[in-house]
Amino acid sequence: MDFELSKPQKLLQSSVRELLARECPTQRVRELMATETAFDEDLWQHLADQGLLGLTLPEEHEGLGLGAVDLAAVAEVMGSCCLPGPFLSNHWAATLLAASGHESLPEAYLEPIVDGTLRATVALLEASGDWDPASVTATAKAQPASGGYRLDGTKLFVSDAEIAGLILWVARLGDELAVFALNAGIANMEIEVMPAIDATRKLYRVTLADATVPADRLLAGGEQARSALTKATHEATIAACAELVGGMQWISETTVEYAKSRQQFGKPIGSFQAVQHRCADLLLRLESARSATYSAAWAVQEDDPEVDRLVSVTKAYCSDAAREVASSGIQVHGGIGFTWEHDLQLYFKRAKSNELLFGDATFHRERIARMIIDRQ
Amino acid sequence: MDLTLSADERAFRDELRAWLESNRPEPFDGQAHSEDRDYLEYLRAWQRRLFEAGYSGLTWPAAFGGRGATPVEQSIFVEEMARANAPDVVGAIGIGLIGPTIIALGTDAQKAAYLEPILSGDQVWCQGFSEPDSGSDLASLATRAVRDGDDFIVNGQKIWTSYAHIADYCFLLVRTDRDAQKHKGITCLLVDMQSEGITVRPLRMMSGDAAFNEIFFTDVRVPATQVLGEIDGGWRVAITALMNERANLGAAVRVMLSRFLETLINALPDIPRPSSHHPNRSAAGDPLVRQQIAQAHLDLEVFRMTADRALARIATDGVPGPEGSILKLFWSELNQRLTQAAMEIAGPYSQLTDEQEVWGQISYAYLRARGNTIEAGTSEVLRNIVAERVLGFPKSY
Repeated sequence: MDFELSKPQKLLQSSVRELLARECPTQRVRELMATETAFDEDLWQHLADQGLLGLTLPEEHEGLGLGAVDLAAVAEVMGSCCLPGPFLSNHWAATLLAASGHESLPEAYLEPIVDGTLRATVALLEASGDWDPASVTATAKAQPASGGYRLDGTKLFVSDAEIAGLILWVARLGDELAVFALNAGIANMEIEVMPAIDATRKLYRVTLADATVPADRLLAGGEQARSALTKATHEATIAACAELVGGMQWISETTVEYAKSRQQFGKPIGSFQAVQHRCADLLLRLESARSATYSAAWAVQEDDPEVDRLVSVTKAYCSDAAREVASSGIQVHGGIGFTWEHDLQLYFKRAKSNELLFGDATFHRERIARMIIDRQ
Repeated sequence: MDLTLSADERAFRDELRAWLESNRPEPFDGQAHSEDRDYLEYLRAWQRRLFEAGYSGLTWPAAFGGRGATPVEQSIFVEEMARANAPDVVGAIGIGLIGPTIIALGTDAQKAAYLEPILSGDQVWCQGFSEPDSGSDLASLATRAVRDGDDFIVNGQKIWTSYAHIADYCFLLVRTDRDAQKHKGITCLLVDMQSEGITVRPLRMMSGDAAFNEIFFTDVRVPATQVLGEIDGGWRVAITALMNERANLGAAVRVMLSRFLETLINALPDIPRPSSHHPNRSAAGDPLVRQQIAQAHLDLEVFRMTADRALARIATDGVPGPEGSILKLFWSELNQRLTQAAMEIAGPYSQLTDEQEVWGQISYAYLRARGNTIEAGTSEVLRNIVAERVLGFPKSY
């Protein structure tokens, strides 16, 4: 058993760290937050040039063919810089495309996704706010006359839809789940922004009202759609957890450093046990989240039979841990930690948006309960 | 990174699993409490069987009767013992903590006299550390040993000493130089519990069992050959032993907690939890209970992952990383959360004490868990250690 990242994985991490330190310092994060889409074409191209947009995609689709552990290693660095933009949503969609088993759509879309010219996202969540695909109500109806489908429904909290050239739309086709690959801007598609606290990633409401698409837009249906969605969501969930770990690492370092230098009552506040113990708890949460994230990444990569449970365990743990760590970081900083000026706010808000993304702790605990109590 | 077991580790596991299958003893017929002599003999017999098959003291070097097993193999051993529902070993303190310290610091005569009996279960050891006025501040201990020819004369009192009522030997910390700085005048003695002048008085824990004790020393004569390590060099011995203690307790506890959670999950359908909308509902269908059970499960899983990571780190680097220092803090508080949740789930039944029933197991575990954040380093002391040694804050006490 060996928990250490391999030498190539460490090299990958340090090259991403160098790239982001150069191209995405927090000043740039703040500039992007203030834009409409939080998207930076140049930065995106840099990610593409390093192969990061096809990290885990198979080599036949121009990907690097690496595993979920490599993805976690990269996402951890992205989280520690609070990288803005669509990396997660795009990776989720790309993995879903690749796992769909469709004969031509992956080929058509993956290459431009990997080279950075096309962004994709997944439209899953609806008014219920439930991440379980079983609760999807958006309808797809076969149109015998044209051979295509009529799509209706409203999707909420769709990440980065405005800049996505491709939207993977999850719908119900009869009794079955179906995923459609929709080009942005098709007739009767409406996209509206949903302003949210983490401005580094924008959320949208996407509505289809009597939209008709040709038959070849059906990416996957039934069991194939379900399993492709599960696989892609597992990978993206691990990436979100790894981002949280990176964020917690930044918060932990910044907070400990501050506590050592900030003087009150004639000594550093880090000499007081009340502050020390808070920081010790922060380290406990961070290191436990790290153990869980890489264990689950390994399970995803190796197709472990327990992967569903381990991903839920990890997402539940990291979601709660990141929120608590970010709160503690602000508390130790005092007044300055609560300002717009201090970067803690970026990580605090990212901790919240990633907590909700792919299901919060309550959602994943219920999934765990189904597995260990109902033995389903 | 590679989290699968190696071929050697798998072979070790399979061989052990097969051995346990055919050698595991029948469950003890009676109250499995450590004050019961028959239970003690039952456990000793089990440890002897493990010893004869080469499964006692796995991580000890082969030269001293062990197998030189890796930390990962040790963890496999603990998991398999639990999986087979095998009893614990009675000499856990000797194997996990005292033996390794004697191997590291003992004389040849000490190694010859104690190591094999520790492995076989013939000698049960206790650990004479805490005193009434020296708890977290262990180095302030006052039990005195004064040189008298070839002997030391020991006077004083120890407290919270697990197994002292059944122990053959005591791993005892005494003060040999009262003028030195407090960490520098301490010596470790290996004391025969049959020596004249030793009185053991059991202390009853709030859980009801008498697993720990007070020991009174009145002019107890201990030969100077029984010094472990150097005279006045006992603090180093104590630290070596304490590091082992925290690591060992963690592995055993993880197994106990998983079993406890499994028992609780199996009991859920029998615990009524009606609501106005669901008059016939059991606890298994109550969303709040489901959240609590899942939280306990995920806490335990994350603890397991962190413990595995710490073990892997020790195996590759020889020293624990930051994750190692948080383990005891993690499991002790986790056990309190888990048992508290179990009490809440069992409702009024949780106060019942009959251990033949699941309720008695829950109430016992709940009471016992209070001690976890105190024994082997309080949570406060552990947080101080993390803050000082891992995060680099100034010493705060």
